[in-house]
Amino acid sequence: MRVNGTSYPAPIDARRLLSDHLRHDLGLTGTHVGCEHGVCGCCTVLFDGAPARSCLMLAVQAEGHDVTTIEGLARDGGPLHPVQRAFHECHGLQCGFCTPGFVMSVVGLLKQNPSPSPDEIDEGISGNLCRCTGYASIRRAVARAAELSNQ
Amino acid sequence: MTTRWFGARVQRKEDDRLLRGHGRFTDDIEGGALESVLVRSPYAHARIRSIDVSAARDVPGVAAVYIAADLPFGSTDLPILIPHPNLTHGRTQRCLASEVVRYAGEAVAFVVAESRAVAEDAAELVEVDYEPLPVVITPEASARAERLVHDDVPGNVAAEMKQEVGEVDAALAAAPRRKSLRLRFERGAAAPMECRAVWARWSSDDKKLTVYDSTQSPTSIRGGLAVLFGLPESSVEVIAPDVGGGFGPKIMLFYPDELLVPFAAMQLGRPVKWTEDRQEHFTAVNQERGQVHEVEVGFDDEGKLLALSDEFIHDAGAYTPYGIILPIITAAQIPGPYRVPNYRVRFRDLYTNATPTSPYRGAGRPHACFVMERTLDAIAAELGLDRVEVRRRNLIQPDQFPYEVGVAWQDGNTVIYDSGDYPALLEKAVALLGPRPEGDHVGMGIGVYVEGTGVGPYEGAHVQVLVSGKVVAATGIPSQGQSHATVWAQVVADELGVDVADVEVTSGDTRRFPWGVGTFASRGAVTAGNAMGVAARLVADKARRIAAEHLEADAADMELVDGQVRVKGSPGRGMPLAAVSVLANPVRYAFGGGTEAATQFTARPRPGPPLADGEQPGLEATGYYSPPGSTWASGCHAAYVRVDPKTFRLEILKYVVVHDCGRVINPMVVEGQIEGGVAQGIGGAFYERLAYDDEGQLRNASFMEFLMPYATEIPSIEIDHIETPSPLNPLGVKGAGEAGVIPVGAVIGSAVEEALGVPITEMPLSPLRLYELTEARS
Repeated sequence: MRVNGTSYPAPIDARRLLSDHLRHDLGLTGTHVGCEHGVCGCCTVLFDGAPARSCLMLAVQAEGHDVTTIEGLARDGGPLHPVQRAFHECHGLQCGFCTPGFVMSVVGLLKQNPSPSPDEIDEGISGNLCRCTGYASIRRAVARAAELSNQ
Repeated sequence: MTTRWFGARVQRKEDDRLLRGHGRFTDDIEGGALESVLVRSPYAHARIRSIDVSAARDVPGVAAVYIAADLPFGSTDLPILIPHPNLTHGRTQRCLASEVVRYAGEAVAFVVAESRAVAEDAAELVEVDYEPLPVVITPEASARAERLVHDDVPGNVAAEMKQEVGEVDAALAAAPRRKSLRLRFERGAAAPMECRAVWARWSSDDKKLTVYDSTQSPTSIRGGLAVLFGLPESSVEVIAPDVGGGFGPKIMLFYPDELLVPFAAMQLGRPVKWTEDRQEHFTAVNQERGQVHEVEVGFDDEGKLLALSDEFIHDAGAYTPYGIILPIITAAQIPGPYRVPNYRVRFRDLYTNATPTSPYRGAGRPHACFVMERTLDAIAAELGLDRVEVRRRNLIQPDQFPYEVGVAWQDGNTVIYDSGDYPALLEKAVALLGPRPEGDHVGMGIGVYVEGTGVGPYEGAHVQVLVSGKVVAATGIPSQGQSHATVWAQVVADELGVDVADVEVTSGDTRRFPWGVGTFASRGAVTAGNAMGVAARLVADKARRIAAEHLEADAADMELVDGQVRVKGSPGRGMPLAAVSVLANPVRYAFGGGTEAATQFTARPRPGPPLADGEQPGLEATGYYSPPGSTWASGCHAAYVRVDPKTFRLEILKYVVVHDCGRVINPMVVEGQIEGGVAQGIGGAFYERLAYDDEGQLRNASFMEFLMPYATEIPSIEIDHIETPSPLNPLGVKGAGEAGVIPVGAVIGSAVEEALGVPITEMPLSPLRLYELTEARS
């Protein structure tokens, strides 16, 4: 399994969820667990480049695949990814718990659709729950991220 | 000062690490910890005949299984956090139930193991023999008292309280018009995205207990653990690291795990952690909002309120750990921004076999606002008057402050509104809302509210200028997303004349600041914000004194600007704040960082001891702020909605908010709080419902069925502010955390009523419920 470009040995425990494997075996605690039943989207990672719920997948299913977590976006303290930057500029986060999942979803969304319309933005982030922001600032952040990415 | 940070849209200092995935939430902490699971009652009411943990203890990898009998505090009732003379029959649960369980989800046993998976497996093997007992699940059923939740609580009544201002019966009798309403509000759930978690380590070498807890009140948890374990407070450190949303229920103390995890860590000599899962969060974490109101209102032909009587029952749940704060707040907040010359309120706090209640964002206020606003709508309908006009005629006027309502407030004082301009809120909101959209089944809703914020008793802060010139500041209250690290830095930066980037704030870590109360009740900006201001001013005064001595100037002539302490009008005569910090601590041994300037053979500005009489070393200070009473924020929300007459889908066409929280430290942060509050209000008004069945089972304890809104359900809202500074505190601020949620139920209810033409007397609504109401009408 490759995570953020680094190869890791296969997980030992066959019933380990990918989310738990990332968090507790690899120490990548930026991937959060909010419901463990695939609704909240906090655990979203990129699986071979596409957003996926890491809580709905066993770690062993990721063998031979590429996983990108929030830690993989701006490596080694480098500049923030445009999506991360946009969330900062637009106050798109408060407690920050849902944020990594949102950011990964939006990275996936913009890859698929670099200039989403307002409706497409709502649709694109409607797999992630946020209890703090009321989504308005996240909508603004997605539009801003598209702008930054297209520059 | 060249830059003023207070009032600016400063971008958040906490964002960078959260965006990189480098936040530190309690479940992120490992440290070789054992993991644990609570065994919880599947019954809402049952007698425990026996508990057998032998099979669970035999599972390889299990470190311990605890039941009540294994705990030195196992037969002690947990504390009533806020006792009150009217709480005549207060009851709290024990850490682990051993005789009777009174809600589904009540903890019975605690399993600690090498891994979460092993602990879960072992927990399955704990055999509890229950004898089911009759269940009381709604407040109405509790009031009938055919069954009791506690054998020794007659009528299920935990508390009763009656207050009267004026002469209500006489005023009602004399009123030209009268109207009665029955209004019902159901329970709701805060549902923060992070479930609760606790991590603890006992160091037997240092005799020190370290606890990480996703709590809204680490200082109180520390005090409680010190008492429980017989340790001096200095031997207990409690840290609320990053907390993934709170909204109220994370301030209960104690949830069983908050005692069991530290206890097990001390017993087993290894760190122990516990992380709640989402399903148990739904029943194990406190809820709120269940109330039924019987209103009688008297008014004149102009729509002016003459008298209001409200008798309501409050669903306490199975226990009353939080006392009667919630119904007290409701009783106090029903009159809202309106003149009610004669007001009587009586409530009964009733036990039910459901999860205990404690404040959830809004805390008694959304229901109070719903009662008052629905009443005003009913008056408007009766008289054929415009709903806005009825409100206009009853609002308290700007020249009537301070305005005394005359009923009890949650801090032991009575309710006195300190400042506000309610007519301005209303007129601005109406203007912002604009013309009614075209089309059928469109309704308008409007609601005006007040909110008592910044409740005491106090908060404190410590501010220190390091020898580098950087500033560190700390307060006891934690953040669950309220941007403390940014807004406190703004307050401190202004006082010290430094860049906000140079101020690092720590909150919610008793190692850095051990005193204080907690983050709740829209009080952070008022209490901790002002404490930051007090502490920073003390530091600035000290910097002026020290710099004046060395520059042979008068302290009163010194100013702090751009990281310099200098003589006003002579920018050349000054010294860096960093140098003042060095001089504040006379040293014998220079340890780098420029400290050679403070050693004994460098020139001294004055004779006498190196540390001046009465002065303490270091450029630092501790400050406290204790409010004389609450400061009252206010606002007005208005909306247009459309309801599909076939599917009963709700479409919010426009939603506007005009808000007054006094002086605004950071408009970006306040707007974020309002947007989030409105969304939570919309969820609670139309999508989220806790579906308890007659047996007390929560049938929708997952995000699959408890429908928290996504972006597709929540509109973007328009926000405007007015500022009536609070005369009660130095910064002039009022709280803003809960405001967004308070009037949403009232506004949506009013708008839906107009859109469909069916009376709305309850919350929450749903497409199904609107269908039923429409059918009942036809």
